[in-house]
Amino acid sequence: MSLDALVARCQALYDDVSLGAVRTWKDAQPGRKAIGFMPVYVPREIIHAAGMLPVGLMGSDIEIIRGDAYYQSYICHIPRSTIELAVSGRLDALDGMLFPSICDVIRNLSGMWKLMFPDKYAKYLDLPQNFDSAVGGTFYAGELRALMDDLEAMGGVRITNERLLESIRLYNHNRALVQALYDLRAEKPWQVPTVELYLLLRAGNVLPVEEHNQMLEAYRDEVQRIERPQLDNSRIVLTGSFCEQPPLGLIRTIERSGCYIVEDDFVLGTRWINGPVAEQGDGLQNLVEAFLTHSVETASVYIADKPKGAALVGKYRQRRGEGVIFCAASFCDPALLDQPMLATAVEAEGIPFTEFKYSENTGQFQVIKEQTGTFSDSIKLWGNT
Amino acid sequence: MSEQAQVRKEASMVIQKEMITAHYKALEEAPQTGKKLVYTFVPGNLNELIRCFDNLLPVHPEINALQNAMRKRTGKMVTDAEKLGHSEDVCTYVKADIGMLRSGNIGPAGTRIPNPDLLLLSYTGCFTFMKWFELLREEYKAPVAMLHTPYQGDGMISDSMRAYVVKQLQEEVIPKLEKVSGEKFDIDKLRELLQRSREAEDDLVAVLESAKHRPSPIDSYFGAVYYVGPIFSAFRGTQGAVDYYRELRKEVDQRVREHKGPITPDGDMGEERYRLVVEGPPNWTSFRDFWKMFHEEGAVVVASSYAKVGGLYDMGFRHDPEHPLETLADYCFGCYTNLNLPSRVALLARYVKEYEADGFLINSIKSCNSFSAGQLLILREVEKRTGIAGGFIESDLVDPRYFSGANIKNRLESYLQMVDQKRKGAA
Repeated sequence: MSLDALVARCQALYDDVSLGAVRTWKDAQPGRKAIGFMPVYVPREIIHAAGMLPVGLMGSDIEIIRGDAYYQSYICHIPRSTIELAVSGRLDALDGMLFPSICDVIRNLSGMWKLMFPDKYAKYLDLPQNFDSAVGGTFYAGELRALMDDLEAMGGVRITNERLLESIRLYNHNRALVQALYDLRAEKPWQVPTVELYLLLRAGNVLPVEEHNQMLEAYRDEVQRIERPQLDNSRIVLTGSFCEQPPLGLIRTIERSGCYIVEDDFVLGTRWINGPVAEQGDGLQNLVEAFLTHSVETASVYIADKPKGAALVGKYRQRRGEGVIFCAASFCDPALLDQPMLATAVEAEGIPFTEFKYSENTGQFQVIKEQTGTFSDSIKLWGNT
Repeated sequence: MSEQAQVRKEASMVIQKEMITAHYKALEEAPQTGKKLVYTFVPGNLNELIRCFDNLLPVHPEINALQNAMRKRTGKMVTDAEKLGHSEDVCTYVKADIGMLRSGNIGPAGTRIPNPDLLLLSYTGCFTFMKWFELLREEYKAPVAMLHTPYQGDGMISDSMRAYVVKQLQEEVIPKLEKVSGEKFDIDKLRELLQRSREAEDDLVAVLESAKHRPSPIDSYFGAVYYVGPIFSAFRGTQGAVDYYRELRKEVDQRVREHKGPITPDGDMGEERYRLVVEGPPNWTSFRDFWKMFHEEGAVVVASSYAKVGGLYDMGFRHDPEHPLETLADYCFGCYTNLNLPSRVALLARYVKEYEADGFLINSIKSCNSFSAGQLLILREVEKRTGIAGGFIESDLVDPRYFSGANIKNRLESYLQMVDQKRKGAA
């Protein structure tokens, strides 16, 4: 498949908010089940090992007709579009939903789901904020075991350790491929536009991991076969977009305004675990240990002993950034409460930064284009890194 | 003499005022007395555990924020924090606290509250708590003891959840309290404190349930803010709290015998015309004006979810001295905002029925997602289950910019007219 065809396929998957790919997967074999999950992280390996399809939901910029009736104006946008998708039947392909702990809005959405769709499986997945193996680890293992029991009871395949380890291998490969593309983008951002990388990640939300891995490999091979022009853009680390996603047009706008995004936290669940999960031994325990010891540092995770912002500054250095953009969804508590601490850390390092908020249905990009364009210009003119 | 000044002070009010004054004085004098300050939160507060250590005093930043708001001081604090880069979208308790800190940490009593020696991050029912204490850790460079309380996502407490919290108490919280206080943890002392909590909790429940009488002798939202104050904050487990609740219960029992309604800031309330159940915290910046809108209409709140934010005692929970750490865990799990939405709906519908309410009102708080996200569905579900029409108003905790008095009054009056119409229709 050519690069253009690959990207077009990803775009089509992104545009299909009715989850056509999920329906196709289910129709291919009677009895298949699909489990949706909200941002940021769930261990997809467990769903996969149950013979089910994990489906990442990240809201949408669809027209909201009924979703607004469930939320006040001061609540972020992703829950209202998620409700809209559900009440309009576009999530009918899903047999269950997981709501990982990220914030109070997604947490409460789990209860709304139970009330609104009592016939569908809905589980709040409490990720531990204690990272001691004997304390938070024990609790988390219990949570995951309960999830495994639920999935098996729903008609999933029995999750043997062998199946789980095989799923871990597949997702390790997926993480490695994604990481390699992130590395390639940081090295040659003109070669791997963020819009394309983003669409590739989003495709992984609805495709089986085996197919997504093939897609990532194909993109990796194809994108290195062509030469794209290098522009005099600034190298930007973007942070704050780990849950509600910016509209595609906004990502494109940032790039077109003169910024190469060399690191971001879009679709962060794909990169939540830094490095591979152990592929031998007890698969469940391996997932637990990976979460406790190799989770990404983001706003929904309690960071016990490190200074806030150290991870962001570290990424900035690693990616040879020239500036930071704080790009958070409006009314996103985790991102916006985190931001002053991150800004302080970045400022202390003399790193230039700018900030703005968006909503997943933001339609006007001109102001942001002017802001990020000016930011990029100022880096080029006066940047000291 | 103003009308307000003529209001008779009940003995319980005097006791509470003395308790709070003494507490703030003790905080102010901590640098001289050598006491160490533990900042912590109201929901899931581990007051008995803190009080086990003679050398420790609890500080509750939400209480500081709301009391500052009642004294009209938080407007500037919030905007000061926003000037420092804190978003206009986030919790105003946090911003009021940051604003207070940056202007000398002068608390509601007008005295300086010393810096924390420990931040006890009891992460119960509100995600913002975690970010709040991360912010304070950066500001104060103080150590943090983190207690993660799992959410009742499936509407129940599992053994695994309980074991997780107990382990954190044993391995994270208690060692840090020991370290900062310089004292050894004494579980028998904790049992004594828990026994006193239990006594006070019995009396509090009797007070809250007195609202089942007609007329209700208390207001379970505005008035209850004062009633729950000691038990939700620095005094649960103390003899002071036991004495306070015994006195309060005596007074309320007397009001029942005399068929009296609640005491308001303007004196005894007139005829009880509407019995309401209210969901959500009150607005603090215009607290008295807000209350007045209700009591002038003869509307009394007979049950509220806010009076359960620091513990759901009326559903049977009591601290249990026989299982000291497990009971602290169960307490944390049971705070109102740690309940899932189906449990919240069931509780509110139960209140409507048990308290024979003829109205259900939500005060939705702009900057409190823990309460607010999902309230429009709660409204519909409670209406469906009880057959009564719900009302919806919006305000904020401590940001005066989000209290629109005329708008709220208008909505409230319209709502009460609707309740009237429904009653006439039913008759």
